[in-house]
Amino acid sequence: MIYNPIEVRRDFPIFTRTIRDGKRLVYLDSGATAQKPQSVIDAEVDFYRLHNAAAHRGAHQLAEEATDLFEGARAKVAAFIGAGVEEVVFTKSATESLNLIAYAMGNAPIGNRFHLSAGDEIVVSQMEHHANLIPWQQLAARTGAILRWFDVTPEGRLDLSQIPQLITARTKVVALTHQSNVLGTINPLAEIVAAAHAVGAVVVLDACQSVPHMKVDVAQLGVDFLAFSGHKTVGPTGVGIMWGRSALLEELPPFLTGGSMIADVSMTTATWAPAPAKFEAGVPNMAQAVGLGAAIDYLSAIGMDVIAQHEHMLTEDLLGKLLNIKEVAVVGPLTMESRGGALSFTVAGIHPHDLGQFLDSQGIAVRTGHHCAWPLTRSLGVPATTRASLYLYNTIEDNDALIEGIESAMRYFK
Amino acid sequence: MNLDSLYQEVILDHYKNPLNKGLSPTFDAQVHHINPSCGDEITLNLTVADGKISSITWDGVGCSISQASVSIASELLVGKTFEQAQSISDEFVDLMQSKGKKVGDEATLEDAVALAGVSQYPARIKCALLGWMAIKDASIQAQTK
Repeated sequence: MIYNPIEVRRDFPIFTRTIRDGKRLVYLDSGATAQKPQSVIDAEVDFYRLHNAAAHRGAHQLAEEATDLFEGARAKVAAFIGAGVEEVVFTKSATESLNLIAYAMGNAPIGNRFHLSAGDEIVVSQMEHHANLIPWQQLAARTGAILRWFDVTPEGRLDLSQIPQLITARTKVVALTHQSNVLGTINPLAEIVAAAHAVGAVVVLDACQSVPHMKVDVAQLGVDFLAFSGHKTVGPTGVGIMWGRSALLEELPPFLTGGSMIADVSMTTATWAPAPAKFEAGVPNMAQAVGLGAAIDYLSAIGMDVIAQHEHMLTEDLLGKLLNIKEVAVVGPLTMESRGGALSFTVAGIHPHDLGQFLDSQGIAVRTGHHCAWPLTRSLGVPATTRASLYLYNTIEDNDALIEGIESAMRYFK
Repeated sequence: MNLDSLYQEVILDHYKNPLNKGLSPTFDAQVHHINPSCGDEITLNLTVADGKISSITWDGVGCSISQASVSIASELLVGKTFEQAQSISDEFVDLMQSKGKKVGDEATLEDAVALAGVSQYPARIKCALLGWMAIKDASIQAQTK
């Protein structure tokens, strides 16, 4: 069957509206947040209309339905990433997921495998989004651990030759992005995971830019923790996922404490419920979790391999067209090898903010700036770039609109 | 909304040929300001003589709006007392926050009225204010020196 993005666009009501005085919406900012199909909107609305009650609390039919829907969503997430159901924790965002892991490690007492102290090391990379840099940077500052990082080559790849120097007996955590939100680089994990495990370190994967775009199987990747966000996965905002291996979640202390995460409580002490409840204090974001479940149903019905293939075709097309404009410099891999659909670039003589503004006047939505990866863009010597990010509803026509927009902007700002 | 109302000829001229760009070797106050949402950065030197701002020089990277705005401000506010500069600056901030409802008084704001269109683009107001906030900060530092 041939994939038809035009048909897919009909599932997303936002594409029926126009932008800036009647222009067709060319949405190239899915790396920031994805648009939502009607089925996701309906699932969230239906939860509030028909089933709203506090999951895991209350002795009534609505509470039962809410619990079933909420736990049903958890099962969908688990199946989607090849995880055990009890290994999937709902958070409010991927940012919270990564902070949960970092803060929980910071709570680990001496003797716990996650306990960090002076002399221990945390390894990240220079291409991390702030959400997978600052929690570790701050954990290091709180515990006396040392933050080290992989450099990024001029082609936008990790420098794997640094593995032996970086990952040593002192390493406790290796936190990496699966796919760079700026460069589009898909990082090779096998060698890094093997080196980390050989020294007893855990690997935390920021999968915000991979889970929405390709088949991700946690068992296959061999990582220990993984985070992704609902809203980049055509799901609602306000829901993220933290996945961790069962044995590790058992040992990891909680981050947030409160209702429904306990086994027993007295006035001065508390013990914890098993995961995932241990990490889900308070009445959860049920409607959003249910919406994410619907998003996963939607993506699965199309097939992640089909989506990945479509994005690969679009990325190759757009990359080629961008490289054809001599004023354009692409920041990130120039080939399709291990490359996803985030394309950052600069245009000689036009600041990204001005380019973004011009494109917006043509109905084209892109992201401009440092993309919450300031150390990366600074290291590459480009304080700001323009980023087009592609998804299942984009078309060759969208690519062509962008190219035409860039060319018009070059005439406008000449 | 019309893009030309944002990118007036005056703005593009200042962007291409910025005034007072290049830092003076001496100064009474030096500040470094950043726009964390887009990564624009500016370093700005301010000198004082006889109770007036005698020179404003700057260097930095940024979009046409931020670069033109600091270029305009660095010319407009020289020769003014701190009180006068503050009053003009307040008027400019007020214009930026007018959501397109004000055109600005050319008698006091001069070239800066060309930035009036920015007030219709909420995401760009910070760009236009970057240099002005740097000057305000440098003025306070120079006065308390």
